Amino acid sequence: MNETIVLRAEGLYKVFGRHADDAVEKLRKGASRDDLGGATAAVIDASFEVKRGEIFVVMGLSGSGKSTLIRMLNGLHPQTAGTVEIGGESINGVSPSELRDIRRHKVSMVFQHFALLPHRSVLDNVAYGLEIQGIEKTERLARARKITQIVGLAGWEDKFPSQLSGGMQQRVGLARALATETELLLMDEAFSALDPLIRREMQDQLLELQSELGKTIVFITHDLNEAMYLGDRIAVMRDGRIVQIGTPEDILTNPANEYVEQFVQDVDRSRVLTAESVMRAPRAVIHEGSGPHAALTVMRDEQLSAAYVVKRDRTLVGWVRDRDVLDLVRSGTKDLSPAIQRDHGAVANDTSLSELFIPAIESALPLAVHDERNKLVGVIPRVTLLATLGGEPDADGLATPRPDPLPTAVVDRALDASDEGLTTVKEAR
Amino acid sequence: MDFRLNVGDWIASFFKWVERDVAWLFDALKSLFETLDSAVLWIFATPPALVVILVIAVAALFARGWKFAIGVVIGLLFVVSVGQWDNAMDSLALVLVAAFLAVIIAIPLGIWAAKNDAVSKTLKPILDFLQTLPAFVYLIPALALFGIGVAPGVIATLIFSVAPGVRLTQLGIRGVDAEVVEAGQAFGASPRRILRQIQVPLAMPSIMAGINQIIMLALSMVVIAGLVGAGGLGGEVAKAIGKLDVGLGFEAGLSVVALAIILDRFTGSFGQNMGLYSTLRKSRSETKAADEQARLDSQELVDKGPRRAGF
Repeated sequence: MNETIVLRAEGLYKVFGRHADDAVEKLRKGASRDDLGGATAAVIDASFEVKRGEIFVVMGLSGSGKSTLIRMLNGLHPQTAGTVEIGGESINGVSPSELRDIRRHKVSMVFQHFALLPHRSVLDNVAYGLEIQGIEKTERLARARKITQIVGLAGWEDKFPSQLSGGMQQRVGLARALATETELLLMDEAFSALDPLIRREMQDQLLELQSELGKTIVFITHDLNEAMYLGDRIAVMRDGRIVQIGTPEDILTNPANEYVEQFVQDVDRSRVLTAESVMRAPRAVIHEGSGPHAALTVMRDEQLSAAYVVKRDRTLVGWVRDRDVLDLVRSGTKDLSPAIQRDHGAVANDTSLSELFIPAIESALPLAVHDERNKLVGVIPRVTLLATLGGEPDADGLATPRPDPLPTAVVDRALDASDEGLTTVKEAR
Repeated sequence: MDFRLNVGDWIASFFKWVERDVAWLFDALKSLFETLDSAVLWIFATPPALVVILVIAVAALFARGWKFAIGVVIGLLFVVSVGQWDNAMDSLALVLVAAFLAVIIAIPLGIWAAKNDAVSKTLKPILDFLQTLPAFVYLIPALALFGIGVAPGVIATLIFSVAPGVRLTQLGIRGVDAEVVEAGQAFGASPRRILRQIQVPLAMPSIMAGINQIIMLALSMVVIAGLVGAGGLGGEVAKAIGKLDVGLGFEAGLSVVALAIILDRFTGSFGQNMGLYSTLRKSRSETKAADEQARLDSQELVDKGPRRAGF
């Protein structure tokens, strides 16, 4: 068993109603969800693994079976078929008291409507899981106090849940789950009942806590933006089946089917996608060592008014305009460097799309993208940026801009006039 | 049409069999009821009336506040002034014993019914039967089995009042937010612990309403119990009917009303955070919280050391 896998679900089925086992057999043989007679299949053949320290988001609309799925992960709903392993131990087929023991020490849960005990104070609510673990009173209260502080509720310990706002109540719910110090945290639509602003705040806090505490989290949501924001990996569910598992970017750029594609239409791409995922190969680059004559030839052939200049190892140096190069050619200069402008304004390849707009406006050329070693890896034309936001990243091919290059005749005359013969390096797309 | 079911005969012969062969059980029950009744009666009837009134008034002050305490004093003084004090205490003892037994039966049954659909389905018609069968009808076998006295009064009252207790307990437990129960399960609490720490506390308002109903229905049976020799205010009413004595009838009847209102307000106040008791408890928990805060602050001071505490 791989140590880094905290949770493994394999071939999970949940069928409600009579003859559930027969229904599973039928489903395995390829029957659709609608012809099972009286039985209702909530989850069909779900298999996935969650790695240590990962936020695994299960996303789907209501009725897609995601809430049933998460309840199978801690045995609140016994599965009809399949297995769930937490930390390498199966939670199926164990006695009720063993199952309770697993729930006490290995997996905790945060609920959509908070599910706090209304007759207990905040502190006692946070300490609830510890109380069930059998931890003695002074210690559990001390630990609960610490966690309450971590989630930002210091000073509210003696209030009752009804005196708290929704966001604060969910912080109590989160604190209660964190206090048990289980490695695995199940969050069932934990932020769905909150206002958008509070939700965002809670998402940020969750990410912060997660990076501090390194919990493994299974997070259920119907909100794709939330899924994309929180998830290291996302499983998209539809009608009880997992239709795709992948990183947010995978899901967005390579939807497995039409359903996922429709789903991701609404997502705020600018926050999920990075420069790397939308960049194109540059139409042409000019090597620093090549002369003005070669540079101008490349630009003429590619109908470019400007181009990036790189070193032999593709390290970005700057960019040149055809007019400046033309002047060099006319004056017979053999060196390109007087024409090179250094303010290339390139962005790193992991910059998120939302941060590309201003640089893209400021850049005369398609925005250059460099990797961590400052090498040019691609460019982003402004149309590509727009096409990506519109959900059709490939549409930009139809509208490649030709920003006003010099008339070919002018260039030809200049080139003919000079008798340069340097090698040209051309890297067309 | 000449068709007749001899239900009456069957039931009569059933009770004859019971009377003959299971008499020991009813004798035991009878002595239990009578012992409980006389014990409760001893508490209320031994001290002088004014002392009892004072104690009840103080209890009222704690449970609900000073307005209720004054109301209690006025109501009970009225009972004394119409010469019904002893009868009222007889009735009170009977009501308390019957209600106590009804609560002991109703709450576990209600919890069981809430957890088990089969039990719930079985209980429902039985409860309907108990509640709608005219009280006089089951007084007949009760009289036959227990003889004249307090015992048939207790059993008739008990049967009549147990149903709402079962129903409201079941309703309350079933009405507890499923997610909160799920939270208990998700953290690994045992079913017994979930019942004790989540379901019963959250169902308390409903259970309390059930207890309140039990007591009120028990009081309404006082008159009928009086008819079978349980005495008390009901006995007085029965006597007044026999003699067509309007005055006596109303004196006893109004005493029943006074008792009813007092009992209703008492049971209605449970869990409502009213009265002196909750005020005291609140201030005590606030003092405790302040103490705790002070202790933590000083602890922090010790942990951080005086230099970093910023003094």
